[in-house]
Amino acid sequence: MRHYLDFYLTSMKIAIQEQFQYPVANYFYMIGMIAEPVIYLVVWSTVATLQGGTVGGYAPGYFAAYYIVWTLVRNMNIVFTPYGWEMRIQRGQLSGELLRPIHPLHSDVAYFAGWKVVVIVLWLPLAACLALIFKPSLNPTWLQVVVFFIAIWGAYLIRTMLLSLLGMITFWTTRVGALYELFFAFELILSGRLVPMALMPGWVQTISAFLPFQWTFFFPINALVGNPTTPDLLYGLGMQLVWIIAGIFFARIVWRLGIRRYAAVGN
Amino acid sequence: MDSNNAIIKVNGLSKYFQVAVREAGLKASTKSLFHRTYKTVKAVDQISFEIGRGEVVGFLGPNGAGKTTTLKMLSGLLYPTSGQVQVLGCEPSRRSADYLRQITLVMGNRNQLSWDLPAVDSFELYRAIYEIPRQQFIRVRDEFIEMLELKDLVNKPVRNLSLGERMKMEIVGSLLHTPKVLFLDEPTIGLDVTMQRRIRTFIEDYNRRYSATVLLTSHYMADVEALCKRVIVINHGKILFDGSLSQLVERFSPLKTISVTLSKPIANPSQYGEVIEQTSGMVKFRVPKASTSAVTARILADLPVDDLTVEDPPIEDVIEKAFSHEGL
Repeated sequence: MRHYLDFYLTSMKIAIQEQFQYPVANYFYMIGMIAEPVIYLVVWSTVATLQGGTVGGYAPGYFAAYYIVWTLVRNMNIVFTPYGWEMRIQRGQLSGELLRPIHPLHSDVAYFAGWKVVVIVLWLPLAACLALIFKPSLNPTWLQVVVFFIAIWGAYLIRTMLLSLLGMITFWTTRVGALYELFFAFELILSGRLVPMALMPGWVQTISAFLPFQWTFFFPINALVGNPTTPDLLYGLGMQLVWIIAGIFFARIVWRLGIRRYAAVGN
Repeated sequence: MDSNNAIIKVNGLSKYFQVAVREAGLKASTKSLFHRTYKTVKAVDQISFEIGRGEVVGFLGPNGAGKTTTLKMLSGLLYPTSGQVQVLGCEPSRRSADYLRQITLVMGNRNQLSWDLPAVDSFELYRAIYEIPRQQFIRVRDEFIEMLELKDLVNKPVRNLSLGERMKMEIVGSLLHTPKVLFLDEPTIGLDVTMQRRIRTFIEDYNRRYSATVLLTSHYMADVEALCKRVIVINHGKILFDGSLSQLVERFSPLKTISVTLSKPIANPSQYGEVIEQTSGMVKFRVPKASTSAVTARILADLPVDDLTVEDPPIEDVIEKAFSHEGL
C-alpha cells in the first residue's frame, strides 16, 4: 500500500511538473472548452426567459451554476482516451509500461490525477469570471461541497475505467476510434452533459439509471448546484463506487484476455 | 553449461504471427472485405539455449531474423506460441512484479523518459515504480551518472539532449533498479563511435560489478567483439550457431588474410594464395588457415618484405557468411 501511495504521489508530482511547462497552452485549452457549456447555458437561459422565467422548474441562475460547474466536471472527465490506447497498442508503445512492475492503468490514473490538480487550480479564476458574467444561483451546504469534491474524483475513475475498457478493444480490432464516437453519442445524451437529466424525457432517465454515464456528469454537478437530500448524495456516491468496482472488474478480465494478443510491434 | 546454473533457459521456443496478406490494388482491397487471407509467419521457430549467471552473450542475425521477438518473449512482452522459457526461475509471460524488478529491456530506439523534464525527475519516478530504497537509489544513480559522465546534463530537459546523451540517460533509467538480467536490443544504434565505446564500457562495468547476465543484439560488431565471449546466431527464426566468437570465426571462415608490404614490385603473386588486393607496394592474400605458416615462411624467404601481418577476416564478413550458411 505504501508503495502505491509513493508511486501515485511521485507520478502526480511529475504530471504537475510537466503541465507547468505549458501553463499558457493549458489555459487556452480550458478556455476553448468553455464554448460548449456557454452555448448550452445561453440556449437554456433564453428558453427559460421565454417560458416566463423557468424550464422544468429551473431558473437561469440554476443553469448558470450547472454549466459553470460543468466546466470543471468536464475537465475532471478527461482521461486517457481510446485513441491513446489505439496508438499505444498499434505502435507498441505499451511495451515500455509492460516492463514496469506496476499495471499501466495505475500509471494512467496517477498521471491524469496529477493533471487534474493543475486543472482545478486553473479553473478557479475561470469560474470566477463566468460567475461574474452569468450570475449563478449557488448555495450549497458543506455536505454538498464535500460530496461534490469526492464525486468529481469518482467521476474521473469511472470514466477512466470505461474508456480504458473501450481502448483495450484495440487488442482485437487494431482500431477503436469509431466505437468511441458511438460511445460518445450515448454519453452526451445519457450523462447530463447536454442538459440536466431532470429535463430529459422519463424513459431516458429510466435507461440512464442503469448506465454509468450520469454518475460521471449529472451526479457531481447536481450534488453541488441542486437540492439533493442526504440519502440522494450517499446513494450517488454508492452508485459511483459500484461502477468503479464494476469497471475495475471488467478491465481486469479484458486486460488478461487482450494482453495475450499484444504483438509489441514497433517497440 | 550445467542446466541447474542457467539463469535463462529456453527450450523449443516458438512465436508465430498470423499476418493478413493481399495483393495491391482496389480489386484486391475490395475482395479482402469479404474474404481475408492470412499466412503464418514463424518469427521464432523452436529455438533452445541456456545462459549462465554473469554471461554476456551476443544475439546476432540480420533484420527480421527473430532476435527482437526472442528478447520480447524473454522479457515478458510477448506470449510464446509454444515452448518453455524460464528466466531467474520465473515464467516471463506471467509478468510478475517480482520478475520485472529483476530484469530490464533496453531498446536503442525507445524513449521512456519524460521529454519535458530533466532526466533526474524521471529517475525519481523509477525509484517509486521499482520500490528502490532511497539510500540505494541515490548511491546507484550517482554512480551511474559518474560512470557515464552525465553530471552536467542530468538537470537539463530531456528534449534538449543529443541522441547519444538521451540514450545514456535511458540506460541509466533502465538500470537504476540494478537488474540481474539485461536484455539489450541495439543499445548503441545511431550513436557515434565515441558514444558507442562509452556505452560498451559502461555495460562491461555493470556486468562486472553486479554479475549481471546480458543478452545483447547489435549490428555493430565492435559491440559484440568487445563484450561477448559467446554468440548465438539466428536467422529465419532458427539458431544457426551457438558458441564462442573464436569458434564462429573458425567455423565460418577457414581462411586468413596475409598483408605484405614490399620494397619493390613482384611478378606472379598468385602462386602464394588468392590475391584479394594489390597495389605497387602491397599485396593481400587469402589463404587457408592450415597453410598460413607455410605460406608466410615462403613469402618471407622469396620476397623483398618490409612488413607482414596475418589477420582473421573482419568479424562482419564472418557473420555475413554465417547468415548465408543457413541449415549448416
